[in-house]
Amino acid sequence: MNQSDFLKVVLPFKDKVFRLAKRLLVSTEEAEDATQELYFKLWRSKEKIADYKNVEAFAMTMTKNYCYDRLKSKQASNLTLVHSNYKEKETSLDKKVEHRDSVNQVHQLIENLPESQKIIIQLRDIEQYDLDEICKMVDMKPTAVRVALSRARKTIREELIKKHNYGVS
Amino acid sequence: MELANIEKLVEKYLNAETSLQEEATLKNYFTGGNVAPHLQEYKYMFTYFKSTKQETYTKTIRLAPKKSNRRNFKWLSVAASLVLLFSVFVGKQQYNKQQERKEAERIYAQVSKGLGLLSSNLRKGENAVAQLYTYENTVNKILK
Repeated sequence: MNQSDFLKVVLPFKDKVFRLAKRLLVSTEEAEDATQELYFKLWRSKEKIADYKNVEAFAMTMTKNYCYDRLKSKQASNLTLVHSNYKEKETSLDKKVEHRDSVNQVHQLIENLPESQKIIIQLRDIEQYDLDEICKMVDMKPTAVRVALSRARKTIREELIKKHNYGVS
Repeated sequence: MELANIEKLVEKYLNAETSLQEEATLKNYFTGGNVAPHLQEYKYMFTYFKSTKQETYTKTIRLAPKKSNRRNFKWLSVAASLVLLFSVFVGKQQYNKQQERKEAERIYAQVSKGLGLLSSNLRKGENAVAQLYTYENTVNKILK
């Protein structure tokens, strides 16, 4: 597998890798580093990649694991994640949106979800992966994925309603 | 899409039983203009999902890690080992030369000492012979 073949296979999902990394690591810089690091790894194991049927799922699993490792090492060294920079790039998009604050709230609400729910909602509601693919990526049973997804969706909805009512009254 | 149908789909959505197509339907409805007031919260959710998906990785991807530093170190170590080898080689040669010189000096001293001994002994013999000559001369004078 040469370089151009490799790039043809792996480049289409670079944004998905990046978004998943950003979901887990929060900061844009961290996510960019993670994406870059992941592509090193993929390139190094390019011989194996040729045998995989679903490179994308494999890459997403690697991303997930890599981000978990990063988070663990961060906790070990007692560093806190920087939450300040997730708004920058979204501002231009958000201008089109009527209720910008409420939409940003969704980001915060997903932030507060447990790790597994966070990943699943990212993979399903944002990247629109098939349920089977998600099961492979997160290494969970379909029922467990469904439960987590349902819980995440309900939590987000309830929190939104709570905040909205609070704002009104 | 009529409201009753959307409500049904929303219920399924919350239980994570919708298919991707049904979710696409919901997304279309909620990111479109007319959303029923009591379903407002889904509008925020789906708008967020949609806008987040537009974020992209803009940097270029490098396939090889930056090597410059590592390569410098590698060449530096090669150079250092060469210098070390060379200096050991030269040092060894110098040492050998010096050892040879010392050895030569030692041999020279020994030889000259031996020769000195020999010459002093020879001189002793010569003196004795000279005395003999004097003796013989005197004897000859007297006998004449």
